[in-house]
Amino acid sequence: MAKKKVFLQGNEACAEGALAAGVKFFAGYPITPSSEIAEVLSRRLPMVGGKFIQMEDEIASMGAVIGASLAGAKSITATSGPGFSLKQENLGFACITEVPVVVVNVMRGGPSTGLPTCTSQSDVMQARWGTHGDHPIIALVPWSVEESFHLTVRAFNLSEKYRTPVILLLDEVVGHMREAIEIPDPSELEIVNRKKPTCKPEEYLPYDLNNEVNPLPAFGEGYRFHVTGLNHDATGFPTNDSKLVQKDEERLMNKLLNHLDDILTWEEYMTDDMEILVYAYGSTARSAIAAVKQAREEGIKAGLFRPITLWPFPDDKTREMVSKVKKVIVPEVNLGMIIGEVKRVSPKEDINIVGVNRADGETIVPQQILDKIKELS
Amino acid sequence: MSIYEKYMRIDKFPHIWCPGCGYGIAMKSVMRAIDRVGIKNDDITMVSGIGCSSRTPGYLDFNTLHTTHGRALPFATGVKMAKPEMNIIVVTGDGDATAIGGNHFIHAARRNIDMTVLVYNNYIYGMTGGQYSPTTPQGKFATTAPYGNIEPPFDVCNLAAAAGASFVARGTVYHAVPLDKLIEQALRKKGFSVVEVLNPCPTSFGRRNKQPTPVIMMNWMKENCIPKVKYDKMSDEEKVGKIPIGVFVDIEKPEYTEQYQLLIDRAQSLAK
Ligand SMILES: Cc1ncc(C[n+]2csc(CCOP(=O)(O)OP(=O)(O)O)c2C)c(N)n1
Ligand code: SF4
Repeated sequence: MAKKKVFLQGNEACAEGALAAGVKFFAGYPITPSSEIAEVLSRRLPMVGGKFIQMEDEIASMGAVIGASLAGAKSITATSGPGFSLKQENLGFACITEVPVVVVNVMRGGPSTGLPTCTSQSDVMQARWGTHGDHPIIALVPWSVEESFHLTVRAFNLSEKYRTPVILLLDEVVGHMREAIEIPDPSELEIVNRKKPTCKPEEYLPYDLNNEVNPLPAFGEGYRFHVTGLNHDATGFPTNDSKLVQKDEERLMNKLLNHLDDILTWEEYMTDDMEILVYAYGSTARSAIAAVKQAREEGIKAGLFRPITLWPFPDDKTREMVSKVKKVIVPEVNLGMIIGEVKRVSPKEDINIVGVNRADGETIVPQQILDKIKELS
Repeated sequence: MSIYEKYMRIDKFPHIWCPGCGYGIAMKSVMRAIDRVGIKNDDITMVSGIGCSSRTPGYLDFNTLHTTHGRALPFATGVKMAKPEMNIIVVTGDGDATAIGGNHFIHAARRNIDMTVLVYNNYIYGMTGGQYSPTTPQGKFATTAPYGNIEPPFDVCNLAAAAGASFVARGTVYHAVPLDKLIEQALRKKGFSVVEVLNPCPTSFGRRNKQPTPVIMMNWMKENCIPKVKYDKMSDEEKVGKIPIGVFVDIEKPEYTEQYQLLIDRAQSLAK
């Protein structure tokens, strides 16, 4: 079947991506600028036999998607800043219990209620560190409507493959802008489903330390296991055995860190001979690419690196990029968050790493980045 | 095989509850009720929040989900919506259900989603060592109410009824045989069913409130918890300090997951 060409908003593309990935359950609480995802799914899910529920708040929504996922349904929730803060408690639960779910956060200004209708990239650290305790997380950041579709599919695939929550960070600009995109035929998409156990129920271990990722049956399939947010042993029951807990925490981290090749994705533009690196993600990378092209026209050798997987952070690749140049610009719609990660991994030679920042609800325009490129060149 | 062996995870004992705690009695009551209804282990998901009572699922051989404090009902809602054929039993404490989880409690009741919710009321936060809860009676002492509690308490049954539950009952672990019956009725009911189970917590409540032993606490239940039929006939003076037990609400109303299936049918026929 031919590809379908459609004119969509980023949020709508995200909902379409979820449907393409086989989502069967959505629970959420309305919040600007994410509500279109709920609206589309409230209409479309019942058509495919799926379920939509508007819960009483974001805490409840996060609990409901975890419950639905344990009962076997691919599940998603969508929110924005303040709602994302409320989800953190149960997001941590999904991390420690290793339940696949997709959480979309369409970023707006903040802190607190902040700027409901304006863009921001200030939840990038909340995505990594928002919930308490040690845990790994995957976060993906699209820069276009088309990529919102594909990264939603990928978010489901990664969450199913690694039994982990995956966060999709749109910013308001990506969520609300409209672009013509191609929706591929379902047969062209790679869809990953969680591994189910094949052993006898009495032999099943949901948290076997010897496996990075254990198979996950749905409730009611004959494998009766215990799920708890307490640190647990291989059977899933609470334990205080410090050796065991340490090992399990390390397994939790390593199940992602051992597979960075599979999880990390990025794009590079004109980086081969670059002398100035622009390091940008999400909608800011759109301004960055325009600035880089303009700089090239003016004879300045600028290049763009765009991480698509933001967490786990692409340490090695970032170091490699930064090592090629003496000057790095990190534009972000926040007062400096990912720049800290870039500095963390950069070799401590005389590399000048500077930010272009704003937190006033406006996007960073190409000229601002170009000005900075010129200033440094 | 005794029915207890059929439903318990024997290897998970000893349990964590204090000597004299009533949760073991309540757990056996649940098992007997399940057995009478005849539900298979695999067809039950038992969900709980956090607290002493919420440890119950760990000891029972069902699909078991021990969630975050107060959030059992949202998790249970997700399981039920994804698998409407699943029998859902939620175990929650008074603090879990009516404080941190109060909002979830009233909304799950309002939706009338089919599940059986056992609210174990010991008038106190047991697990955290005896702080006052939204059900602690006025004047009673708690670690955070050293001068006596000044807050008016919730009546769990009134709350559930007002929020729209289709079955509401109260029992006690002293009255274990009638409790079996109440839980059985709740399990059979299609809709949001609440059974408030009064439970002695000698460790965190009794000790501070002149009921220092489990026996004194049990006797208090025996003397003060009166069958509703009898209670309703009592004079206002006689009712002082007495607590009615029995069924308060048993009504028919549309159940959420059934309504949702009708919505799916409508959406699919419109799409054709
Ligand atoms: C978010 C959060 N806040 C507080 C706690 C601490 N906590 C654990 S159990 C509990 C109260 C338990 O009381 P109740 O629900 O009445 O159950 P019981 O232990 O009496 O059976 C509290 C406050 C927690 N675990 N999580
Ligand atoms: S603290 Fe109270 S409720 Fe908790 S186990 Fe002990 S007696 Fe039971």
